[in-house]
Amino acid sequence: MTSKRIEILVGAFVSLGIAAMVMLALQVADAGGAGNGETYILKAKFDNIGGLKVRSPVKVGGVVVGRVSSIELDPSDFSPVVSMEINQAYNQFPETSSLSILTAGLLGEQYLGLQPGFIDEDIEILAAGDMIEDTKSALVLEELIGQFLFSLKEDK
Amino acid sequence: MISFFQKVGANSLDNLGSVGRATFMLIGALVSKPTPIKSFPLLMKQIYMVGFLSLIIVVVSGLFIGMVLGLQGYTILVDFGAESSLGPLVALSLLRELGPVVTGLLFAGRAGSALTAEIGLMKATEQLSSLEMMAIDPLKRIIAPRFWAGVISMPLLATIFSAVGIIGGYLVGVKWLGVDDGSFWSIMQAAVDLEDIWNGLIKSIVFALVVTWIALYKGYDSIPTSEGISRATTETVVHSSLAILGFDFVLTAIMFGA
Amino acid sequence: MASTSIVEIENMTFKRGERTIYNNVSFQIPRGKVTAIMGPSGIGKTTLLRLIGGQLRPDSGTICFEGQNIPELARSELYKVRHKMSMLFQSGALFTDMTVFDNVAFPIREHTKLPKEIIRTMVLMKLEAVGLRGAKDLMPSELSGGMARRAALARAIALDPELILYDEPFAGQDPISMGVIVRLIQSLNQALGLTSVVVSHDVQEVMSIADYIYVIANQQVIGQGTPEELRQQESPLVQQFLQGQADGPVPFHYPAAEYSSELLEYARS
Repeated sequence: MTSKRIEILVGAFVSLGIAAMVMLALQVADAGGAGNGETYILKAKFDNIGGLKVRSPVKVGGVVVGRVSSIELDPSDFSPVVSMEINQAYNQFPETSSLSILTAGLLGEQYLGLQPGFIDEDIEILAAGDMIEDTKSALVLEELIGQFLFSLKEDK
Repeated sequence: MISFFQKVGANSLDNLGSVGRATFMLIGALVSKPTPIKSFPLLMKQIYMVGFLSLIIVVVSGLFIGMVLGLQGYTILVDFGAESSLGPLVALSLLRELGPVVTGLLFAGRAGSALTAEIGLMKATEQLSSLEMMAIDPLKRIIAPRFWAGVISMPLLATIFSAVGIIGGYLVGVKWLGVDDGSFWSIMQAAVDLEDIWNGLIKSIVFALVVTWIALYKGYDSIPTSEGISRATTETVVHSSLAILGFDFVLTAIMFGA
Repeated sequence: MASTSIVEIENMTFKRGERTIYNNVSFQIPRGKVTAIMGPSGIGKTTLLRLIGGQLRPDSGTICFEGQNIPELARSELYKVRHKMSMLFQSGALFTDMTVFDNVAFPIREHTKLPKEIIRTMVLMKLEAVGLRGAKDLMPSELSGGMARRAALARAIALDPELILYDEPFAGQDPISMGVIVRLIQSLNQALGLTSVVVSHDVQEVMSIADYIYVIANQQVIGQGTPEELRQQESPLVQQFLQGQADGPVPFHYPAAEYSSELLEYARS
């Protein structure tokens, strides 16, 4: 009798633990959502990546479609090359698409904004490993201020 | 001066000796052919004693720590207009650190001390000797099920702690202080990876091994008098707490440091 | 030889740290008899039982149980030998988280695969033998000291051992339960034909039940024989012990510096 009661309570305890695990995985880490299924790699070359990091999101119109998987420096021209894992569900981006490094809010994290380009008959669709040519680098605050001061001087 | 070195030497030999004895105890307890029919009810009972009975303190502490995190985090973040980042703050601090560490400390205080006292008293009342004389190995009958129960229970408790803590943070942040419901969860989801949950789980398993091992060894090696058992119980709590914090640093450095 | 003595100890020396507990001791325990081992407290009588049970190892010498040298047995062989012996601990050592019934059933359940009903019958028989059948559902914490020891005795005989080692069975008992335990040891010995080794310093009780007595002091066996023979012995040591004189060959004082000089130590300095 007592052993049955103990078994029931232990069963409840273990189920509670597993339920907590499932809740953490689904509700907190959102493991079921984007970024966990099949992906393909796209690359892009920037002049300056600012505060972009591995695992920063790639967004199209605010929707996360992938994440930065690696950041390397091209040894031939010393410019950073960013590789992105893009969800296989979004594999119809034309090669005219542009990529820019944006900031979420004033102090927020930086992310990649993908702007899909126009589609035409002789425009190809980006495939795995392709390079996105049209990129806009991160805005670096010091440079912005420098340009601003310079323009002030010219006005006078 | 020489006596100082002698003291250090004697102490280190002493400590080395107990590490050795503890290792032998664990090997003696765990290395055997499994006997599921006999061990399963024993394991059940110990999971009940070690895990289920620690549930209330873990749930209550988790809820309050989550609520405090929500409150403290909000007052800091609101100055930067970043209160929507409350979700990741609460979730990440719980999953990566507070969940495993605080659960480990509570577990050492609640279950670890109970294990030490129980085994120490079994030794003092000759129950362990009498098992030996009945040709039953106390390491396998007494130590092994308690060890596995600890290793199984503690990660479950840590997971429950984190989940309840996040709910606590949600209650304070969203329901009371008015952070937006959607952004609380969505920003949290964007920031938290499965890896964070996984790392927290690994930490809690390591802490479980360490705490249960220390608790069982302290009880098994205690001097079987009332003073000896009370000292062993204290040592269990102190040593396991220090071990948890030390291992936490090492694990954090390995997981997030590079 | 093997038929007359169940335990043979030869030239056994045992040291605890620097202190010698037994120095080259030899004696035999006859089969089917009640053998008592007496001596002042603190000379390692319980240690002797643990040596026989294989929980401790002597520094030299042999301890044979039915021809097998206990200290040299591998763990699994030792466990096999222990099926044939059991020990009644001073505190009883009942498992505090089980009822009396489960305590007695414990060794049967652990070592046999008997069906439930047979185990139940066996346990009830053992409990009846010690007069505690009515207390089968009590927890050990609800038992008096004497009852706890009887319950422990029921557990010790659960698997019908050939040898029972009693560790101070009379210590701390009131006269009635002492009488009960004396009767139990005697009747178990006669009814089951088992060998009993009683370690005790209660002279009267031991004299009344023992067939053969060893008196141990100063790391040696200082006297042996039947109770009658022992009474006749002239050894002052034995006589001091049997009659309970405070001072004699076993000194009243723990070894110390000279009394007067220790008292004067402060006066001088």
